[in-house]
Amino acid sequence: MNDQVLILLAVALPFASVAGILLLARWPNLREAVTLTTAAAVCAIVITVFSRFHEGALMAVDIVETLPGLFIRFEVEPLGMLFALIVGVLWLITSIYSIGYMRGHNDPNQTRFYAMFAIAIGSTLGTAFAGNLFTLFVWYEILTISTYPLVAHAGTDRARLGARTYVGILLATSIGLQLLAILVTYAVTGSLDFREGGILAGKLDPAWAGLLYALFIFGIGKAAVMPFHRWLPAAMVAPTPVSALLHAVAVVKAGVFTVLKVTIYIFGTDFITSSGASDWLIWFAGGTILLASLVAMTQDNLKLRLAYSTVSQLGYIVLGALLATNMSLLGGALHISMHAFAKITLFFAAGAILVAARKSDISDMDGLGRVMPITFGAFLIGSLSIIGLPPFGGMWSKWYLAMGTVEAGQWLLLTVLLLSSLLNIAYLLPVPVRGFFGKAGDGTTVTRIKEAPASCLIAMIITSLACLFLFFYPDPFYELAMNTAGAR
Amino acid sequence: MIEVIIGHYNYWVVILLMMAGFYTVINRGNLIKKIAGLNIFQTSVFLLYISIGYINEGTMPIIAEGFDKYANPLPHVMILTAIVVGVSTIALGLALIVRIKDAYGTIEEDEIHDQDMSL
Amino acid sequence: MIEQNLSLLLVVLPLLAAPVTAILPQGKAPWLLTLITTWLCLILASWQLSLVTDGSVISYALGGWAPPWGIEYRIDAMNALVALLISGIAAITLPYALHTVEKEIPRHQLSLFYAVFLLCLVGLLGIAQTGDVFNLFVFLEISSLSSYVLIAMGEQRRALTAAFQYLIMGSIGATFLLIGIGLLFVETGTLNMLDLHERLQPIMHHRTVHTGFAFIVVGIALKLALFPLHLWLPNAYKYSPSAISVFLAATATKVAVYIMLRMVFTVFSTDFVRATPTDHIFLLLGVFGVILASIAAIYQTDMKRLLAYSSIAQISYMVLGMGLASALGVTATLVHVFNHALMKGALFMAAGALVYRVGSSQFKKLDGLGRHMPWTFAAIFIAGLSLIGIPGTAGFISKWYLVLAAIEHQSWLIALVILLGSLLTVVYMWKLVELLFFRPITDPALTVTEAPAWLLLPMWTLIIANIYFGINTELTVGVAETAVNLLGIAAIHE
Repeated sequence: MNDQVLILLAVALPFASVAGILLLARWPNLREAVTLTTAAAVCAIVITVFSRFHEGALMAVDIVETLPGLFIRFEVEPLGMLFALIVGVLWLITSIYSIGYMRGHNDPNQTRFYAMFAIAIGSTLGTAFAGNLFTLFVWYEILTISTYPLVAHAGTDRARLGARTYVGILLATSIGLQLLAILVTYAVTGSLDFREGGILAGKLDPAWAGLLYALFIFGIGKAAVMPFHRWLPAAMVAPTPVSALLHAVAVVKAGVFTVLKVTIYIFGTDFITSSGASDWLIWFAGGTILLASLVAMTQDNLKLRLAYSTVSQLGYIVLGALLATNMSLLGGALHISMHAFAKITLFFAAGAILVAARKSDISDMDGLGRVMPITFGAFLIGSLSIIGLPPFGGMWSKWYLAMGTVEAGQWLLLTVLLLSSLLNIAYLLPVPVRGFFGKAGDGTTVTRIKEAPASCLIAMIITSLACLFLFFYPDPFYELAMNTAGAR
Repeated sequence: MIEVIIGHYNYWVVILLMMAGFYTVINRGNLIKKIAGLNIFQTSVFLLYISIGYINEGTMPIIAEGFDKYANPLPHVMILTAIVVGVSTIALGLALIVRIKDAYGTIEEDEIHDQDMSL
Repeated sequence: MIEQNLSLLLVVLPLLAAPVTAILPQGKAPWLLTLITTWLCLILASWQLSLVTDGSVISYALGGWAPPWGIEYRIDAMNALVALLISGIAAITLPYALHTVEKEIPRHQLSLFYAVFLLCLVGLLGIAQTGDVFNLFVFLEISSLSSYVLIAMGEQRRALTAAFQYLIMGSIGATFLLIGIGLLFVETGTLNMLDLHERLQPIMHHRTVHTGFAFIVVGIALKLALFPLHLWLPNAYKYSPSAISVFLAATATKVAVYIMLRMVFTVFSTDFVRATPTDHIFLLLGVFGVILASIAAIYQTDMKRLLAYSSIAQISYMVLGMGLASALGVTATLVHVFNHALMKGALFMAAGALVYRVGSSQFKKLDGLGRHMPWTFAAIFIAGLSLIGIPGTAGFISKWYLVLAAIEHQSWLIALVILLGSLLTVVYMWKLVELLFFRPITDPALTVTEAPAWLLLPMWTLIIANIYFGINTELTVGVAETAVNLLGIAAIHE
């Protein structure tokens, strides 16, 4: 099949599936079949695109010239490919998971859930394949809007307020800061193309580079750099599959993905290092890593703890971008994939505990591990990968990030990274430890709890195995990340 | 100085009428008085046009022997149109007042306001 | 034959149809004739636009009297775009009007209602077509007088006072305009816009010219509800019949913006604007308008009033574009004129659909309706996004150009105010969305169903237009740029 069509199909298919989902609303099994088939098809398409890309095919397609010189354009490049690959694969797994989860919850609005989910995935793929900053921004905003109904899904006051914070912060940063930064970039350069080595060098006074870069970094609210991180914990009111795929993978990774894209293709790493644009911003990223880890330790609600953990881990990737060295970019890009698999495992486990045991607070989970061994086992694997211990994939990205700080000569930041890893241990491991070794508070209820629904377990097993697998065979992601980093 | 004042007397009249009309529109609470003020306000503008269309010792623009000064008729034609517009405005305003009187039983602005607020 | 008289036909057609409509028997006939007329106008307007998109100009001498002595209809890209907008909105409002008007207007007034509607259309189209300032005044009054009548036809008695207030303020504005035109006539002896422009050039510094300019600007500012002269607008939009809210919100103030552009940039000039404090006044009022009107919108407790205040804020954006007085700025204004008509049209249609079902646009009546009227709710949501300026919608294009113009002008404050305005829009649109969707419905016994298809179809046509013009801007931006070229506004060069 034609390469151009493939990209379009990957983005359009999720949108098209919405019609099917809405039409088959009355027959849940058929409706879920639509979701699963689409997810499988998208997964297959993304893998095909990857293999074509691997063979060296140049894939780009212009849709329409929205504004003079500004096209809605899709293009496959290493970083976007990496992102799309993760999203494509994980959507399929999450779809399997959400069927068990949503039915286990007897959710009354499942049709809306699946429809909006598909739209969100389509927007994420659009973001991944965006061929210029303009297109990227368009999809970035559509992603924000399309995930709003998912966050507010429960329809309770808490959901409404959480969703309001979510959309408020994301829109405020993107309209107030990011759009301004994009417009300034456009006014200065007359272009928003992604180009190797950046488009700003030589056109923007280096003295202003820091300010513009800051507008981007804080404007890309989805990257959750403190102080604009509040939306992520707020989004945890969403159903767990949403938190798992969207708020551990798609949405947040769209943020750091944009940061990386802007760093590499708009500013250019040379321009960033020569102008010193990121000199003071790295401390925001470093601060985010540490502070978010510290906050995570204080959270008793499992999903909130994971959310703050995500904020902290996103800080790693942003830091990788800000340091703008080969190693740090490699580490940052790699961390997108490694963290995705590990964190989604953790969220799957959290959701499974919620659906099987109706428990969301860590302090209530004593002894649960003995009746839900698979769930807690998966949680353990995910935790170890996040911490960065071998033999799990998370080790690689942390390794390269640490190398990046060394390369940049930022010893203090290296300390921050190592310290944060220790904090990871402190806030993640207590969960499986309590589960397996803790004594249940009331003793009686535990026995009545069974493992989570089969589809949830399958999803969890796949992702935790992936964490293991990626330690031994990180090659596809490594190669893509390497090409990204080498694109300076 | 005096000559300037007297020489432009038409402008003084216009300004006087204009201000009187404008003041009435703003200040009066009675809707009919408002409309009357509006009418005076508009009329002052008509006078402005008519007076500037006239030239001393000018005559209507028909070529004839012994006349070499003609007044431009265009302002007068325009004002005919504007008068029609003005008349329709007043008529519509008065019609609205009749309807308001039916609906509220009063044509005093503050009383109408009170009735709307008390709902 | 038709092509030569195209520009006149566009005005004469509804003018002839109006009295015929008035004497038709009550029932569907007046509506049908109006529908046909508006659609014919739309066809003619599209045709007209296609003739001038390349930057050419159609000059039509009314009654064969050559300009500048006779009245000239002078059509360039800007006129044609505005004419297309007016007739397009009219054509799309009419199907929507069928049911809402039958519900809101007493049966014996139907034919008169549609006759007045056509007269209003005549006025607006006439303004768009004419190249003569006095003729413009006359058309402005035709449209204004008929819109007072249309507003007064609203169901509640407050429609009468709203119409009366509008009549007073509108007439004062029109009289100001008349004074200004008179003063210019005294100085130049001409009424033709182009001729005026030529003759004003050597005497731009005369005090009379300045005075005339001031009267004209204030007069039009009243009509376009420029902050702080906006007081008539909220009630006029709220109490008018639903179809009229849609039509006026989408066209009347936009046409006033057009008049302002014509007067300021065609009759006077960019240099004049920059030499006098005009541009600064526009910027100042625009900034205050955007912020204060948006904040006022947040505190409304009625959907139509909220939308009305939002309109005032959006008009302030257009004024900001004029105040920047650059090619980009005026392009932004023109694009926003078009785009804002699309979004506000859709939003007022949605508000009308809610009113059609529950009889009021007050928030306490609207609680939870979104769940029962998903299509209407979705329309409000998408049009709201367009209003905010989310990419992928028409509103984004306007904001893009406006901010770009502000950056080019190096007015960072203006750029920030525009973006801040967007964020305030998020606040009031979200208030509406949450209220429609998350609140429990007030009266559980009330069974509300989705609005009928006659209401939904026009609404969704506008929604789709909102998305289409957010992705493909060939028509809006292309025509606006041609128009700005013809206006002779130079870009700012550093």
